[in-house]
Amino acid sequence: MLEIRNLHATVEGREILNGIDLIIRPGETHAIMGPNGSGKSTLANVIAGREGYVVTAGEIRFEGKNLLEMDPETRACEGLFLAFQYPVEIPGVANLYFLKAAVNAVRKYRGESSVDAMDFWDLIHERMDLVKMDESMLKRSVNEGFSGGEKKRNEVFQMAVLQPRFAVMDETDSGLDIDALKVVADGVNALRSPERGFLVITHYQRLLDYIVPDHVHVLVNGRIARSGGKELALELEQQGYALYNEEPGRARRAA
Amino acid sequence: MTDSAQTLERLAASDYQYGFVTDIEQETVAPGLNEDVIRLISTKKQEPDWLLEWRLTAFRNWLTQQQPQWARIHYPPIDYQAISYYAAPKQKGEGPKSLDEIDPELRRTYEKLGIPLAEQAILAGVAVDAVFDSVSVATSYKGKLAELGIVFCSFSEAVREHPELVRKYLGSVVPYRDNYYATLNSAVFSDGSFVYIPPGVRCPMELSTYFRINASNTGQFERTLIIADEGAYVSYLEGCTAPQRDENQLHAAVVELIALDNATIKYSTVQNWYPGDAQGRGGIYNFVTKRGLCKGRDSKISWTQVETGSAITWKYPSCILRGENSVGEFYSVAITRDYQQADTGTKMIHIGKNTRSTIVSKGISAGHGQNAYRGLVKIMPTAENARNHSQCDSLLIGDQCGAHTFPYIEVQNPTAQVAHEASTSKISEDQLFYCRQRGIGTEDAVSLIVNGFCKEVFKELPMEFAVEAQKLIELKLEGSVG
Repeated sequence: MLEIRNLHATVEGREILNGIDLIIRPGETHAIMGPNGSGKSTLANVIAGREGYVVTAGEIRFEGKNLLEMDPETRACEGLFLAFQYPVEIPGVANLYFLKAAVNAVRKYRGESSVDAMDFWDLIHERMDLVKMDESMLKRSVNEGFSGGEKKRNEVFQMAVLQPRFAVMDETDSGLDIDALKVVADGVNALRSPERGFLVITHYQRLLDYIVPDHVHVLVNGRIARSGGKELALELEQQGYALYNEEPGRARRAA
Repeated sequence: MTDSAQTLERLAASDYQYGFVTDIEQETVAPGLNEDVIRLISTKKQEPDWLLEWRLTAFRNWLTQQQPQWARIHYPPIDYQAISYYAAPKQKGEGPKSLDEIDPELRRTYEKLGIPLAEQAILAGVAVDAVFDSVSVATSYKGKLAELGIVFCSFSEAVREHPELVRKYLGSVVPYRDNYYATLNSAVFSDGSFVYIPPGVRCPMELSTYFRINASNTGQFERTLIIADEGAYVSYLEGCTAPQRDENQLHAAVVELIALDNATIKYSTVQNWYPGDAQGRGGIYNFVTKRGLCKGRDSKISWTQVETGSAITWKYPSCILRGENSVGEFYSVAITRDYQQADTGTKMIHIGKNTRSTIVSKGISAGHGQNAYRGLVKIMPTAENARNHSQCDSLLIGDQCGAHTFPYIEVQNPTAQVAHEASTSKISEDQLFYCRQRGIGTEDAVSLIVNGFCKEVFKELPMEFAVEAQKLIELKLEGSVG
């Protein structure tokens, strides 16, 4: 469902991604691991279409369509979701109101009418349980005054409500204690399905104990240095990334 | 330039949907201002001698005053002799005796503006006084309100029917010599609304005045007087629009509020006068003096304003907190775009013991808009234990606009507690991207973020008008995203 071929990208003129190849099929969960500065978050932002991330070569196809031609909102409406590493605060806009605006934007894109208030309320309540969210969080402004854990939980909650076809989780585990990590992982696992794909970006292996990936890739200097199964994550945990910094880092296609 | 930066720039293009002109036979006094014109206005309104004298005293005082220069606004000198000071739709015969007899053309105008003059119409539960240029053309629900002893009528009618109330309170909060524009208004004021709520009565519906400027080359100088007697409550709303014209038009209104013991007055404004075009041609000069007197103990006056229109807005709805434990509030959203200028804020004058005031001001600037908050919090020596909290936030959209804050604080009693918070922010690329990643397009994202920014003020508006205000802001920010 997501095909990345020979992707090169620059940020402020600096080349960060140096030819990434990656194919993710429906139902698969891939993990990208790598040291700081290897290009993990750049990859997430390029997929989501953030301004300032310039693709200089290569392509990304999403469900067969050219993703790079779409603006960020179109990508979202096509079913692409990014769980932010640093979720943004929007003062005065209630979480519930924001979600409804998002759901209706996607429905409008698909040519559907606005969501029925009762149906929406039912959906919200069902999804709140998934991430053990308190109802009071619906009324609070988007991410405003949320703790680190609450922000990440809110990202997973939004994902659960929007039900994207494909989700990129950008270091969703950073700053979480073990309990919050479990709640977030449970939420993601509940959403895994044969139709849905995930790309989980993380620095630590710890998250992958809870969200068990089908494939693990090691990103070093903007290229995939190595790909393997879930056992690769454990290996990295023991050996660290130092080994890869010296390797020329041949890009390998994920299976 | 980035995509969203371009979108933000495009938000500078305007579209004013109330810019039409009503084709109606008008009676207009020739331009110019002198004592004869004032006598003529007074005669047309069949006013008593004392009121004519009051007008003339104001006019003579005005001749000695200078136009104020301290505000952060720029405009060419106004030629006061080029303005017509009275315009009214020509009456056929005696004038309408009931709402059914109103000129159909006028009725259509108000329908087009979404203001139903017929009772039991769309805005059920809202009584409306419609002011067209210099005169009030209709007031709805008068009978029903009269049963409770509530007086809600045009100012001219109040002068005829309730002269003792008008004489007692006119100029008691804003004296005729108060400031240049208030003095001018005192000399030439045409019409406006009058409200009196008797002791212990809670007004059961929103009272609303809708001001419409139609005639060209005229000024609008309305005068509103609201008195809430002991233990009374009233919520009042005013709205305003004007046709789209290339020349500037002057609007200099005066509003006086008086709250006696335990009375509450809530005054809300949605101001949408024609703002001028995208190049800054035309638009209304909105120079308004609004002041409330919390005369009695435990009284409360709350101002809420949403200022979206006018080429220039110069207004400072204020509260004089004389009664012990009285409360003053000011909630404001002012949005400027294109070449609009706003210099607005409030004055909270604490005189009585245990008086409290709250100020929440939200300024939004887009395009080349300039927005200034100017406020005074004054704690007099008699105001033991006075408290004030002020919060002034500015939001910038694009990089051609400006926001300025001028808070003045004068404390003459050591027991006072005064707090002032201010912030200036831009809609960040991060916020926009976050919204867009959830499927919300840039334009909708901007209005979502702006509405969030204004929320504290919108929640003070009566429900229907909060929705209106929100729509108005969205319309105001609408660009042309390709």
